[in-house]
This record gives sequence, structure tokens and C-alpha cells, in this order.
Amino acid sequence: MEKRKSVRPVAFLKKGEDTVVRTQKLTRKKARATERISLTVNGKIHEMEVGTASHQIDPAHTLAHTLRETLGLTGTKVSCDHGACGSCTVLMDGKAVLSCMTLTIECDGKRITTIEGLSDPETGELDPLQQAFVDHTAFQCGFCTPGMIMSAKALLGENPSPTEEEVKEGLSGNFCRCISNYHVVKAVLAASGKGR
Amino acid sequence: MASPYRFIGKTTPRKDAREIVTGRANFLADRKFPGMLHGKVLRSPHPHALIKSVSRDEVMKLPGVEAVLTWEDVPNWKGGTPRCTRILDRKVRYVGDAVALVAADTEEHAKEALRFIKVEYEVLPAVFDIEEALKPGAPQLYEDFPGNVVTPGVPFFGPKNLKEVVRGDVERGFAEADVITEGTFGYENMPNPIPPEPPGVVALWEAPDSVTLWVSNQASYMDTVILSHIMERKIQPRTIGGPCGGSFGSKYMSWQVQCYAALLSRATRKPVKLVLTKEEHLASFTLRPASRMSAKVGMKKDGTVTAVQGTWLIDTGYYSMTTQSQIAVGCGEVQIMVQCPNWDLKPVIVCTNRNASGIVRGFGGQELKCCLIPLLSLAMEKAGVDPFEFLKKNFVRPGGGYFWRDGIWYNHRGIDHTKAMERGAEVFGWKEKWKGWLKPTAVNGPKRRGIGVGIHGSADIGEDSSEAYVRLHPDGTAMLFSCVTEHGTGQVTNYIRMVAEVLQLPMERISITPPDSLINPYEFGPAGSRGTYAIGAAIIAAAEDARQRLLELIAPRLKAKPQDLDTVDGVVYRKDDPGVKIPWKAMAVDRTITGYGRFDPDYSLVNCMMTFIEVEVDTETGKVALLRVVNATDVGQIIDPPGLENQLNGCLGSAGIDSAIFEEMILDRSAGRMLNANMIDYKWRTFPELPVIENVVMETPFPSHRFHAVGVGEIATSPGPSAVLMAVSNALGVWIHKYPVTPERVLKTLGKTGSGKGGAA
Repeated sequence: MEKRKSVRPVAFLKKGEDTVVRTQKLTRKKARATERISLTVNGKIHEMEVGTASHQIDPAHTLAHTLRETLGLTGTKVSCDHGACGSCTVLMDGKAVLSCMTLTIECDGKRITTIEGLSDPETGELDPLQQAFVDHTAFQCGFCTPGMIMSAKALLGENPSPTEEEVKEGLSGNFCRCISNYHVVKAVLAASGKGR
Repeated sequence: MASPYRFIGKTTPRKDAREIVTGRANFLADRKFPGMLHGKVLRSPHPHALIKSVSRDEVMKLPGVEAVLTWEDVPNWKGGTPRCTRILDRKVRYVGDAVALVAADTEEHAKEALRFIKVEYEVLPAVFDIEEALKPGAPQLYEDFPGNVVTPGVPFFGPKNLKEVVRGDVERGFAEADVITEGTFGYENMPNPIPPEPPGVVALWEAPDSVTLWVSNQASYMDTVILSHIMERKIQPRTIGGPCGGSFGSKYMSWQVQCYAALLSRATRKPVKLVLTKEEHLASFTLRPASRMSAKVGMKKDGTVTAVQGTWLIDTGYYSMTTQSQIAVGCGEVQIMVQCPNWDLKPVIVCTNRNASGIVRGFGGQELKCCLIPLLSLAMEKAGVDPFEFLKKNFVRPGGGYFWRDGIWYNHRGIDHTKAMERGAEVFGWKEKWKGWLKPTAVNGPKRRGIGVGIHGSADIGEDSSEAYVRLHPDGTAMLFSCVTEHGTGQVTNYIRMVAEVLQLPMERISITPPDSLINPYEFGPAGSRGTYAIGAAIIAAAEDARQRLLELIAPRLKAKPQDLDTVDGVVYRKDDPGVKIPWKAMAVDRTITGYGRFDPDYSLVNCMMTFIEVEVDTETGKVALLRVVNATDVGQIIDPPGLENQLNGCLGSAGIDSAIFEEMILDRSAGRMLNANMIDYKWRTFPELPVIENVVMETPFPSHRFHAVGVGEIATSPGPSAVLMAVSNALGVWIHKYPVTPERVLKTLGKTGSGKGGAA
């Protein structure tokens, strides 16, 4: 019954290959148009070169990668890296986006807000939403919390006084395995109408 | 009654709250080290094969690649119980088994390098089913395990460690029974607890025989103990924990991931970070064991169980590290649930060609009960017994006993849990809703409602040992030395709370050391709901010891005996004359006082959780909607109200209640691949689908430690799954015995359509 076979083993991340192909096409188009991109992260402007050298923004880099690895903003957490769990949620021009599914080179001219950008940079005072998460112990392990807060921030930006159902709908893309969901809903409702 | 406590039972912000909500909590993936390399694992595409050759010539020429390791390059480190699973082996035993390790300067380079390693395999036949694996002529995974039966027993649990439940006389028990039922029941969907943070590590090999690992595990001290065994006691591993982004038992151990990084660091002498991708996490890391039980039970008309006899088959995947432990604890827990005098329950652990099973909340007992309760339900139906009354009647009461994991008989010296069960039933409205077996509570067109109830209890709340130091400083602050990582329960804050209560010192004045094995004493870690009682007791003892030493030192200064003194807010005073006082500074500014505390295992206390479930089944679509959950428990004393509520709400996820409704890993049983190893295809509950959860928590003081509390967090997931099956059966009016109750399965049960397969069936 023994079969002899020589095969090229595969790593689990099959989707990567596909992504890279798409990225390269995009790059050629984009890289010619702009060799530099500029994005504003938490109010600070970052001018970055596009390219494949180590100091450059690789066209394959996701926004999550750039935030975490290039800018050192590790508050944005990556969990599934697949657009399913919401851990990596940040705001782009006020709207919630999944930074693991967004290419950095597509963010030229965009205004990004991460979890680090919510508290007052001068006084360290927490955003009312963050404070509500503290007050309601709206987390357990805390890994999904930055993404959860950013999704809630976007929701309150669009709808300052949501109902409980609207909060649940607004957070439906965020995975919390500890099931802090019930406390999260309370925290978001408590902070609603008071967001900056 | 007013609380006698200043800190215990009070709601305060968690010590790490600010870090968590600002994104500054430093999880493993956030850590960077100078010169750090990134590790990746080349994984087998075959479920069972021999590696004929590995060619790495091309790989080493690639930019940034610093090391490639195969089975021929690594020491003979072995894990498993008994230790038979080599860290890299010539044989691969599941799709995803490690073939080679790569370290490179960037993650991208490491990932790219995997594509250039050429492996020649000799493919072997594979086996994916428990019973198939036991048949003569089945593919053999290990020479050490003839017939694929893994050696039973856990030496760590002592010479009499529990391997089965055999006591009394089952024949006599069946003769005394009014009804006897038998059958085969499974809980085989292998739900994955999926902590959001995948397993990962940074390792730095420091010549010649020591390695430091930054870990993100549930029990950072035990990583040192486990790795030391695996590394043949020739290496001194030091482990430094940090915030743990979820574990639910599963990240109690990540020995393989840790060894991969250690080996790559040994080869390169640079720090190596290795974090699994979510796909690797789902398809190659441990998941819940699969259980299948063929058994027979005897029951009297009044619900007394007279005999349980059967074989419990446990599929552990390609190796077992803790499955024997889970069986030992499960065998103990089943006796706590059913106080029956006659048992003949024999577990058999079987290895098959899929990724391994490991620790998950519910630790053996959940797996066993998910099989046994459906069988008992058939007997209850025949005997006309209400399941709530049955579970209440049969659960251990004070004085009742059980053989625990060490094979020793214990009598429960704790409280009677009946009161909490009855309160839960009242809140749920059990008596009003229960219409009898296989009868819905309500029918509204195609939608039918049903109820179910389940139970779980464990003596692991006092398992294993803990040690702690508490150090008092002359400036009126204190430091707790305890190797505990915060993995979500909030217990790190609660340990500070306990020290604060003993020392009557504000919580802000108490800090805790980093969970570093080099500076802290032995700590088994928070597992099995032991955090509150076992870890708590060691910490309380350390704080009491420090307090006593302080009072002894200060006594002469206040012209009093130590017992006449007390301390509050960093000041020692005479109890008979509080005006006579002196600050801790009096100990001398160049002195600290250290107290030591230890907890030794105590298996004579049992916690309990009863869960009531109401579902609504749409008989047109087959969808099961979870409407309402009532968890009832008695914790002795609430330490941390929001933390407790969060833990109880955790009954849904982490391979808990939802493992009965839609959670499952789907194994392609021809190719051996996990088909849903991503978080889109692996189903999980979203916010809009949250049921109503009510937590009924009683506080009957336990004879545990000075705060009379016990933990319940771990077991919140356990009573639910079998209760769901019961509720759905009652709603439909027909037995449904397979997990999870997917729409396909429901429709098939109703004879409406299809194959009735959940993916795994």
C-alpha cells in the first residue's frame, strides 16, 4: 500500500499567494502614480516611500502591519488576519475599517485613528468610551478590546444615541471569546451621547 | 447584612484596565527585541507519512534566512504522556505536523523560505476514527502504543492515579434497577476554544544550557516545569509571562511552539519570535478531545442511579499530553454528578491522524457528561423522572464522596449546593415550563420551544500547589510575588484585593511582580477554577505571614504583644488604644519583611454549576435559537462581582454551550485536513445573537480560606451543551443525540431533508 510521492509542502496561509498577486498589480499602477504616500495617524502626518526596501512601505503591507511594525502602534491587535474577527479595527476618516484587510498604499491621504489616538495626548484623560469600558469591566483577556472600542467609536460617531439593538448590530463583526459582550453593550450604552 | 470586608466583594477597576483600553497592554506579538528573528514552521500536507529526505540547499541562499532545522538537526526532546512525541520526527502524523523550522530576519522571508524546502515523503495509510483506529490492521501511529491505545495513567497524580471508575457491583446494581437503558453517545465535534491571541513565544538561547522564553500562556511558571522535562532536564528554561489574550485551558501548554523557537534560537543565538497564524492555531494546535461512549445505566423509579457500565473512547488526535489527566478528572467529576454505588466505566485513549487534543474548560468532565447525560435522559424518560429533580438528587452532598484524580476517596466537606439549584430553577421557571420528556414548552406555528438542564461540579478547585511571597516595604507599600498571568479572569487584581484585605492596605499600594519563573516561587497557575481557593490561599497565607512578622518586629516599639496589635493603611496600632501607633517605616528604612505562603492540594471541596437552557427551534429552517440561559451556582463569597459575572457569561463561547449548537472543527476524513480552519468557516456567536443570560449566585460560606470563597469560572461552559441537546429534543418531541444541532441535523431528525450531517458526522 505504500506510495512514494514527492510533493511541495504547503504552509497553511494559502490566501497569501492570492493576495500578493493582486497587490503587485495594484502596486504597479499605484507606485507609478505616487512614490510616496501620506497618512495621518492620530493627528500626526506620516510621509512614507513606497517600495520593497526595508525602510519603505511594501505594497503588500496591510495597514495593520504598517501601524504595528512600522509605526510601533501595537495597540491595534491582529487576531484572525483574515477580516473575520474585528480585532484590528481602526477608524479611517471616521469609519471603522479592518486594518488587516486594508493595504497601506490604499490609505494615501487618509486620516487614521487607532486606539492610541483616543485618549487626550496632553493629559492622558481617557475617552468617555474607554472610561466606560473601565467602569463596566467590559473586557476579560482584553485582546479584542481595542478593536471593540474602535468599532464602538465609529458607531457612536454615526449614531450618538444608539439603542441596545443598534449597539449589538454595530459590534456584530467583533469577536470576543471570553464573552464580555454583555458588559461591552452596557459600556457603549453608558458612553453614548457623551462621546467626543 | 453589611459586608465585613473593605475590599473583598467590592467592584473596583481592574489593575490592568487602563493598559487594556488604551492598547498599551503588551501582548506577546507586541514585543520586539534587538536582532530578533522570526520563526515559521513547514507543515506536512499528509496525515501520515515518513520523511524520506529534506532538501534545504536553495533555502539557505535566500535573503534573510538564518536557520533551517529538520528532525535530523534537533535533540531528542519529547513531549506527550508518556513522552513519545519527538519535537521534530522522521514521521509526520497529521496534516500540519511540523516538518522543518525556519528562522529569518523578517516574517515574510521566513514564510517565503518555507516554499523552497523540498521534502520527499513516503505516504502511509492514515486513520481518523476512534473505532477504526482500534481495529486489527489499522495504521499504527507509534510503536510505543500498540493498537493506537495510549498508555493510561498520569504519574504526576500519584501512584494510584485514577484511570477508570470501577467500584461496587454493577450486576447487582442492574438487578435493583427499575429501568435500564443503553446505547452509544458521542461528543465528537472537537470544538476549538480559539483564544483571540494565538499561541506564540519569543525565545532567547543563552549559552550553553539556559534559555529564556517570553510566553503568553495561562500558567507561565508551569512552562518552565514542562519544558525542563521535555529538554531532558539538561536545560534551565526561564519563562516570563505577560498578558494572555485568552486561553480557556488551551494555552496552559504551548510546549511545541516554545520548543520550536528555543531550537531556532539555539541554532542562531538570536531571539526568535514564533507566533502561530490563526489557520495554524485552528488546524495544528490542540482542541477538545472527541468522546464516544457505549454504556448502560440502571435507574430506579425515584431517580436513584443503581449502576453505570460502559466504555468511554477518547480520541486524542496524534498525541496526548493531558488527555489522561482529563480522563482522571472527568472520572472524578462524573461520580460527583451521579452518586451511584456501582460503576464499571472504562476509558480508552486512542490516537488518530489529526491534530492533538488538549486542555479546554470542562477538562474531561464536560466531554464525559455530554455523552452520559443523554443516556441518563433516556432512563429518566422511561422512569418518568424530571431531569432537574434527578440532577439535584444525584449531585454530591456534604459527606458524600468520590474517588478523585489521585485514586483516593474524598468526602465533600463543603456546602450543600441544593439551595443554589432550587433558586436557579425558580428564576428560570422550571416547574412552570417543564411539561415532561419530549414535550415542547410552547408551539407557535413552525417554531417550537423546549427546555433542558445540565450540571457540572469539580473538586479541582483545590487542585495542585501554589506558593507566594508578600513583601512589606517601610514606605507602607507591599509587593506580591506570585507567578500568575492575567488571562482574563481578573484574578491578578483579585490577588491584590486579597492581600489588601489581610494587610488593610489600599489596593493602589500593592504591586505584583512580573510572572517570571526566576523571581517567583512555584505556581501551578489558574486552572480548574483553582484560582480563588488554591492560589488565593497561598497568597493569603503569605500576606498573613508578612503581617505577623511585621507585628512581631514592631511590638517592642509599642510596648505590646504582637497579638495586641493590628495594622491599617501602613500604620501599626494597639487594638486597645488606637492612638498608640507607628508607621511601617518603624521597621527601619533599610529593611523589608517577607512572608511566605503555600497551598497544598485539597480535593475535599466541590464547586457546582447548574445551567438551565431554553431554545426555540424553527422546524422549517432547522435553526436552533438559544433564547435564555440561567446559570446557578454558590461561590461561598463573591470576590469580584463584575469579574464573576463575566466568567459566567463565558458559558457560551470557548467551546461551551455553542459547541452543542454550531461550533465544530470539520475534518475531511479522507484527506485528514481541517476544512474550516479560519474564523469565517468556524462559526462563532455574534452580538446580535446573544441570548438572555441570568446568573444566580449564592454566597453560603465555604470552609475554604478566610474569605470562604471558591472559584467557578472554568466550569461555566460545562453544563450547557447536554442541556441544549435535551432542550432541542424536548422542543422537537424526538430525541436528537448528536452535537452540534445544526439546521441540517434538525431537519434530518424531523425527516425533512438531507443527510443530516453536521460537517463532522
